[in-house]
Amino acid sequence: MLMRCGPGCHCPSPSPSNLIPKRVTSKESCQATDGKHRQSQKMIHSLFLINCSGDIFLEKHWKSVVSQSVCDYFFEAQEKAIDVENVPPVISTPHHYLISIYRDKIFFVSVIQTEVPPLFVIEFLHRVADTFQDYFGECSETAIKDNVVIVYELLEEMLDNGFPLATESNILKELIKPPTILRSVVNSITGSSNVGDTLPTGQLSNIPWRRAGVKYTNNEAYFDVIEEIDAIIDKSGSTVFAEIQGVIDSCIKLSGMPDLSLSFMNPRLLDDVSFHPCIRFKRWESERVLSFIPPDGNFRLISYRVSSQNLVAIPVYVKHMISFKENSSSGRFDVTIGPKQNMGKTVEGVVMTVHMPKAVLNMNLTATQGSYTFDPVTKVLTWDVGKITPQKLPNLKGIVNLQSGAPKPEENPSLNIQFKIQQLAISGLKVNRLDMYGEKYKPFKGVKYITKAGKFQVRT
Amino acid sequence: MSGNGHSYGEQAGEAAPELAQEAAPTTAPSVPAAFGLFSSDTKKNEDLKQMLESSKDSAKLDAMKRIVGMIAKGKNASELFPAVVKNVASKNIEIKKLVYVYLMRYAEEQQDLALLSISTFQRALKDPNQLIRASALRVLSSIRVPIIVPIMMLAIKEASSDLSPYVRKNAAHAIQKLYSLDPEQKEMLIEVIEKLLKDRSTLVAGSVVMAFEEVCPDRIDLIHKNYRKLCNLLVDVEEWGQVVIIHMLTRYARTQFVSPWKTDDDVVEEYNENNFYESDGEQKEKDRNVKKTYTMDPDHRLLLRNTKPLLQSRNAAVVMAVAQLYWHLAPKSEAGIVSKSLVRLLRSNREVQYIVLQNIATMSIQRKGMFEPYLKSFYVRSTDPTMIKTLKLEILTNLANEANISTLLREFQTYVKSQDKQFAAATIQAIGRCATNITEVTDTCLNGLVCLLSNRDETVVAESVVVIKKLLQTQPAHHGEIIKHMAKLLDNITVPVARASILWLIGEYCERVPKIAPDVLRKTAKSFTNEDDLVKLQILNLGAKLYLTNSKQTKLLTQYVLNLGKYDQSYDIRDRTRFIRQLIVPNEKSGALSKYAKKIFLAQKPAPLLESPFKDRDHFQLGTLSHTLNSRATGYLELSDWPDVAPDPAVRNVEVAESAKEWTAILGKTKKEKPTEKFYSESEEEEDESASTGATESESGSESEKEDKEEGSSDESSGSSSSSEESSDSESDSKESTAKKTSGAVKESNAEESKKKAKGISKNRNTSSSSDTESSSSEGSSSDSKSVSDSRSDSDSGKSGSATSSKKEEKTAQDRKTPSKQDVFLLDLDDFYPVTTPVAVPTAAVLSPSLTADLEGLSLSGSSVIDQVTTQVFVPTKTHEMLHRMTGKGLSAHYHFSRQPDMFGDHMVPVQVTVTNTTDQKIENIHIGEKKLPLGMRIHEFNPIECLEPGGSVTVSMGIDFCDSTQTASFQLCTKDDHFNVNIQPPVGELLLPVTMSEKDFKKEQGMLTGMNETSATIAVAPQNSTSLVIIEKVVKAANLGVVPSGQDNIHRFAAKTVHSGSLMLVTVELKESSTAQLIINTEKTVIGSVLLRELKPVLSQG
Repeated sequence: MLMRCGPGCHCPSPSPSNLIPKRVTSKESCQATDGKHRQSQKMIHSLFLINCSGDIFLEKHWKSVVSQSVCDYFFEAQEKAIDVENVPPVISTPHHYLISIYRDKIFFVSVIQTEVPPLFVIEFLHRVADTFQDYFGECSETAIKDNVVIVYELLEEMLDNGFPLATESNILKELIKPPTILRSVVNSITGSSNVGDTLPTGQLSNIPWRRAGVKYTNNEAYFDVIEEIDAIIDKSGSTVFAEIQGVIDSCIKLSGMPDLSLSFMNPRLLDDVSFHPCIRFKRWESERVLSFIPPDGNFRLISYRVSSQNLVAIPVYVKHMISFKENSSSGRFDVTIGPKQNMGKTVEGVVMTVHMPKAVLNMNLTATQGSYTFDPVTKVLTWDVGKITPQKLPNLKGIVNLQSGAPKPEENPSLNIQFKIQQLAISGLKVNRLDMYGEKYKPFKGVKYITKAGKFQVRT
Repeated sequence: MSGNGHSYGEQAGEAAPELAQEAAPTTAPSVPAAFGLFSSDTKKNEDLKQMLESSKDSAKLDAMKRIVGMIAKGKNASELFPAVVKNVASKNIEIKKLVYVYLMRYAEEQQDLALLSISTFQRALKDPNQLIRASALRVLSSIRVPIIVPIMMLAIKEASSDLSPYVRKNAAHAIQKLYSLDPEQKEMLIEVIEKLLKDRSTLVAGSVVMAFEEVCPDRIDLIHKNYRKLCNLLVDVEEWGQVVIIHMLTRYARTQFVSPWKTDDDVVEEYNENNFYESDGEQKEKDRNVKKTYTMDPDHRLLLRNTKPLLQSRNAAVVMAVAQLYWHLAPKSEAGIVSKSLVRLLRSNREVQYIVLQNIATMSIQRKGMFEPYLKSFYVRSTDPTMIKTLKLEILTNLANEANISTLLREFQTYVKSQDKQFAAATIQAIGRCATNITEVTDTCLNGLVCLLSNRDETVVAESVVVIKKLLQTQPAHHGEIIKHMAKLLDNITVPVARASILWLIGEYCERVPKIAPDVLRKTAKSFTNEDDLVKLQILNLGAKLYLTNSKQTKLLTQYVLNLGKYDQSYDIRDRTRFIRQLIVPNEKSGALSKYAKKIFLAQKPAPLLESPFKDRDHFQLGTLSHTLNSRATGYLELSDWPDVAPDPAVRNVEVAESAKEWTAILGKTKKEKPTEKFYSESEEEEDESASTGATESESGSESEKEDKEEGSSDESSGSSSSSEESSDSESDSKESTAKKTSGAVKESNAEESKKKAKGISKNRNTSSSSDTESSSSEGSSSDSKSVSDSRSDSDSGKSGSATSSKKEEKTAQDRKTPSKQDVFLLDLDDFYPVTTPVAVPTAAVLSPSLTADLEGLSLSGSSVIDQVTTQVFVPTKTHEMLHRMTGKGLSAHYHFSRQPDMFGDHMVPVQVTVTNTTDQKIENIHIGEKKLPLGMRIHEFNPIECLEPGGSVTVSMGIDFCDSTQTASFQLCTKDDHFNVNIQPPVGELLLPVTMSEKDFKKEQGMLTGMNETSATIAVAPQNSTSLVIIEKVVKAANLGVVPSGQDNIHRFAAKTVHSGSLMLVTVELKESSTAQLIINTEKTVIGSVLLRELKPVLSQG
């Protein structure tokens, strides 16, 4: 287009604003579209999916169309925030409000016109992302682009006029079948569709989370008790703050309408519990028993916090010596990790990540166990240790090269540790028994315990 | 632009077709970067058109999928409209769906063509498949074409009475869409909303409230009748609906109830009364805390109770909604329960954390105590995003107090060193705020900040300077040293704000540093031209102040600075220079002001207040967008202030109830009610109701409903009828239970009817009434609602005076009939007896204990008066120790026998236990643990006390069946962490229930209980005990006996029956001469008799 303008042409620079909506002009156009619909419109108006490089790769409008240019305000905020983590979730623009979440390198930006509880939108957007995850195995840009029709159908079902309609995965799966390789092959041959042509009966029963007519040849119910230790350990090795957060994730494949009740040996450990909607609150209040008709498939049954009065056993300790010399371009780094109070279980999957100060140029280290990497761009040191054996403690030490001339870093970096302990719930929580009512068959039952590091940080 | 277009034409002919395309799309801005692709798009579009017109579904489907792909990317596909719209009638569901998607996107732009599809939808609205009906309505209402408004209106109206709740839900959504399309339909839509609000389906509730909020949020009157239903449904509504309903109810409650925040012991008596009547022990306990200080409207309480379980929701929005509800509605003492759940949300995503932390920040300013126990949960991790860090810091600062400041400051020390300099700077401000708020640590903080002045990072130093400046200003007395130190720093600091701050400080306190100040001015005068504006202003300021205090040394310097300022580029500085010169330099033109120059410049400046940025946010409702943005968002609905006087709570009584009430009013003209009737009849129905729900295996919190009703009863003029509406909220069994209930009500009223009316009419009534209520509850057809409203007015007029004073009214009714209330009462009951028997007997099984007792009294009254259980004559105040605070680790417990008849069912002796927390910590979860009971003995446990504040005490009721023995009941009293063995031993006098009987009956019964069944003793009576009043008082105090009216002055008779077996216990005290008395006890239970005798002896003989 530019080319067509001859050299002698004095037309006012063939405005690129036609091609790319520039900020100033776009805001105006945005106001113009607004003028038409001044009435109050609640909840989610539009949704834009934006990737890290700032491309809007999907848009969906539940009401009148909002121009993409509204996202410019978002980009502005994004620039200001420097890193993605700091983009404010709520942005106010002259005519709209943008509420966004950041998940798996995608920004979900929703456009709101009027007052709405922000958590409502945020929670919903996360639910959308969860659903994509559930359907496509990952919530990535490519997955969404590849399945754009299913994505659209899902969004259509999940929101009506901006208000959530069906968000339970069991129901959605009945309305819209998730893609599988086999099915897409079959579909392309037979021309049949992904859309269910039977009714989602669950919408109408009192248990909206379970689909009807479930049948399995092997009836199984598995529960994973996963506990994470959140802790801040200070320089001297004493615990500043520690807490256990647990979840019970379930995989239930039971035919019919089973009514389960799960009881614990020591339910009083659980201080603060949040439930999947299927759980009968009253039973828990009175008997401390989890009684529920489960959804079909994978779901999170409860998440809980173990009361903070109980002392949390910290399963690892870290000895560290990190120092930067004054007026020299090097420093020393020496870290040892050892097991502690592990109740006879091995600590495995140990990974240490350290965000080194900006002044660090490079690191020359030797690890007695596992391997380490240092990314000189992001300044992140990662040490994949693996299993800890008490006989030979893993150690990482060596020299840190600093930018010459730069002042010595003020603070030593804190160490983030990840680990895993199989077959142990660190809080001591134990499942007592699982009973099933309502169905005649005998299900196969299993419980697995695992302890992990949550936000586990050692200050140095 | 026109020139631009012209030039195209000239340039090349081949551009023409492209131009044409450029003109075609109407939404050009939404197609960025697509310009170059247009040519290829056209080709694609051509083949898409062909595919859409092909006969094969698969080709059509492919085409539609590609089109949807285009829409998703924001490309324009509007020109395919004619081709696509043809497929709207496709048999293939998926094609249809995708066409719907397309229509919703483009119908507004191509209105004429869109009309082609309307008939298809109209047909689909009649489809037998509810899903198709729903989706047709959904699409029809999403097509924003004004011309079809009437069609939409019709469709919505029809769908709102669809059988399928799913369709009705969609109708509720459609209301909002239509409203935004054409606000003039408002009135009609409100009618639909009103109708849908009555819907009992949990599926519909959330959506219709959403519609209400959007269309007519000010029509609060529509909610009244549905309030209790919404509260009771809330737990079962889907999570999104819960959020909307909770927010709406918060607004509602603020207009309808009085503030629970006016604390302090106003209305203690109220509580006592309630305590007496209420038969449900659990509920009483829950309420006790509240009622001690203030009486809460039962509906208010209902809301709080029914939302509480939702704190456990997995959905952060629901938890936040409940939290804000408690914040805005609950008594201050109860709001604390939300903090734990809010803290839990902090484990969630970054975005959730952000919002929750903001709300916590606002809360923590007003009520520190709420979050203090969770202080450590707000500790910052180096991996948190900066915005989260700052919010956490904010909260930590808000929570700081004398007790935790040292730990906090230690924590802050770590933060100050953070690599995130923005955060480090925020920490310094936080330290500053702590320093001003907590005087104990001001000096420590100040010293710490001074140390930071030698920090290498400039932002840290600058921030410290600014904060120190503010701190010094609050207490400038003895900080000459610090000022000197800062003056030295001036050479190294480059950040303008910090430099300006230092200069201001030196100027302000130049008299404290007389030697340094002029020197500083000299230095800065040198660098004046290179300084930032902010600094220049302060240099001028400093000059002026020095000129006034120390003009000898600085006169010339100041003149110089002023001259520099006069020619500065910034008009602000030139302005200031002129102003200052006129003020301080005396010349002939200078006005009157220059005399006051010193006063003007060296006035005492008030110290700045270091405040939280969240200080004023609480005028926005928590959890809202406006709160997050700290500015009014469009459509924000203000939370009103509490009314001074609560509007009439009777508006929330429900219509079905009214009709039933009316019915009793008309038919029971001569009806006489006992004062306590409403409570009893109520509980009967509860039993009824719970039985029916139990049968249908629905877990919908029937328990809570029960309690609610009971609470509500005190306000409702006729409890019996009101509950029938509320309880029938679960749709599945509503009909059944309504029917049952009404019949229950009939039974009840039968009992009160006069004999002649009873049989025939009641039968009629029975059927008619149940059918009445059923129809009105299931469908609000117009004729029905009419009758309902009629009936309401009827009953209102009949109610004579206030609704709550029904007692009085009843009394007058009785008075009208006969003068002596008590006698008539019994007499009438006698009359009724033949009528009641056939009805009452089967119901007895499901009656509440209290009613059983009552009916027992009624039905037996004809055959034997003696078993009539009366209310206790006397309630002993004596308490017994159950658990001493030393053995109980600070938890102490006392019990006394409340002598309330049959609180927990027959055979139980009611015991009130008062638990007191003497520790300085909360004791949680107090309950009864392991029981060691002798054979046959049973305990009705009290409900666990969730939490007992330090110094607090709670009284709970329990029932024990002692099996008519004085054996001890041993059990464990458990707290969350401990358990203590305690036991209760009953005095024999408490194993009795008083009965009334006439003297004649007494003698008759006594005659049958002679010989082995009689024990007697002669006792010496203390002289002061010989009057009849004293004797009665003493005996009744010692044992739960009923007084039998006696014809002789010297003989006193008392009657009772044992709690467990119901055997008679007759006590006679016969005064003899020379202050002796004969004490006779006649009973089958000789063991108890002799024990009682032994216990009564000292009572009378001692003074």
